[in-house]
Amino acid sequence: MSGEGDAAPGLRGWLEERTGLSALAGLARKKTVPLHRHTAWYYLGGMTLFLFTVQVVTGILLLLYYRSSADEAFESVQFIMTKVPFGWLVRSIHSWSANLLVLVALLHMFSVFLLKAYRRPREITWLTGVLLLFLMLAFGFSGYLLPWNTLAFFATQVGTEVPGGLPVVGRFLLRFLRGGDQVTGGTLTRFYGIHVAVLPALTTVLLGIHLLLVQKHGMSVPESQTEARTGRPSRSLPFFPNFLLRDAIGWSAAVGVLAALAALFPWDLGQKADPFAPAPAGIRPEWYFAWMFQTLKWIPSHVLGIEGELFGLLAFGLGGLLLVVVPLVDPGRDPRRSRVLTVLGWAVVAYVAAATAVVYLKHGP
Amino acid sequence: MTRRRLLDWFLGTSLGAMCLSVLYPVARYLTPPEVPEAQTSRALAARDGELKPNDARVFRFGNHPGILVRGQDGAYRAFSATCTHLSCTVQYRADLKQIWCACHNGFYDLNGQNVSGPPPRPLEQYAVHVANGEVVVSKA
Repeated sequence: MSGEGDAAPGLRGWLEERTGLSALAGLARKKTVPLHRHTAWYYLGGMTLFLFTVQVVTGILLLLYYRSSADEAFESVQFIMTKVPFGWLVRSIHSWSANLLVLVALLHMFSVFLLKAYRRPREITWLTGVLLLFLMLAFGFSGYLLPWNTLAFFATQVGTEVPGGLPVVGRFLLRFLRGGDQVTGGTLTRFYGIHVAVLPALTTVLLGIHLLLVQKHGMSVPESQTEARTGRPSRSLPFFPNFLLRDAIGWSAAVGVLAALAALFPWDLGQKADPFAPAPAGIRPEWYFAWMFQTLKWIPSHVLGIEGELFGLLAFGLGGLLLVVVPLVDPGRDPRRSRVLTVLGWAVVAYVAAATAVVYLKHGP
Repeated sequence: MTRRRLLDWFLGTSLGAMCLSVLYPVARYLTPPEVPEAQTSRALAARDGELKPNDARVFRFGNHPGILVRGQDGAYRAFSATCTHLSCTVQYRADLKQIWCACHNGFYDLNGQNVSGPPPRPLEQYAVHVANGEVVVSKA
């Protein structure tokens, strides 16, 4: 730290004296990224963060015109899509980017899972990452209702009814989520508040911890790529500017992909929700919930003496819990346990992919 | 007990009480108030003759959807249109002569009995009265 008498001259010196930014610059100079055959997976975290930033920016833009009441929500999105200059682009990018964000976050998580990067001392990094993934899914679910169209209405009806089947707390959860007994304008207002205030606040905290821990521990090197295993000296790349510039190439490509998707396949608005119309044929949720939707279809009305939907809910809950405790199940001391976990992970991916494929083969893209 | 521990105990319990006094109203605020629903026991479902045989329509029964089905024999049957699986609104499949929920592919017969798919219970059946050219539905 420079004392009062020996500050560097000029604006830089002035800033340095007040903020101590050179310490940060020193950190950036020291930060490196390991180079090995699996280095490509390291880019997924940055890509997830970039797409989240796109969501924040486009989300703020949409807020300027969106109205969160059952009478006006659909019309306000229609207004954004048809009247506001580039409104179609902003909304379509928000929707496409949301989908890509979930996809990249899932890939990021699975790569960390396969590279066993959740092991000591990165257990909390894994935990915050999994919680962030759950938050992204909650963003997707709450945001889906906001245009107040038929698909969203029934998706919310089903999605809020599922926890309603839980014993003891079910009815409380259902009413808490819906803001009453039915899906109404009250639900829309509640989902809007959750989508634009509650989830962003939680995400900011968790993302802060996640990024801080990534800085603290550095990138995890997979066991197969350590010096001891390869017999070669380990190599690394400076984070700033080398890795960051490579990141930036990926982000530029993502902007291009998003713009192309938004221009070629503008996000559909559908029909305005009518609580007294039957659920339309071919109804299905977003792709990342499709496997759950198909599972609920496959589960018979009663399993082991309990209602099928409750059975499904318990199974999904158990799956989520397993994901959270992965670092406890495989702390890295028992190679056999580690292999079993990897096989289990692949089995889950295979099931999710198959159930999703069934939905799309039945109903078309 | 030392003076310091006593003070720690006071501070700790005061802090706990303060947290509770903030959290309790917040938790209660987040739970929506129970709004008593207007008890609807009758509703006009359709005009007589509006529905051809082997056809149906969804009507408003208070705050809930109901479904009026006219069978091939010309007789009316009415049920709650809320699927007993996950609460989607059901519809009539004239091609299968069954009531169908599009959300998870659940089927009910024309007595409201769940016959296939995930629905765990039959649909609630309503009584149907035809008088003065009106099809009126009431809770059975």
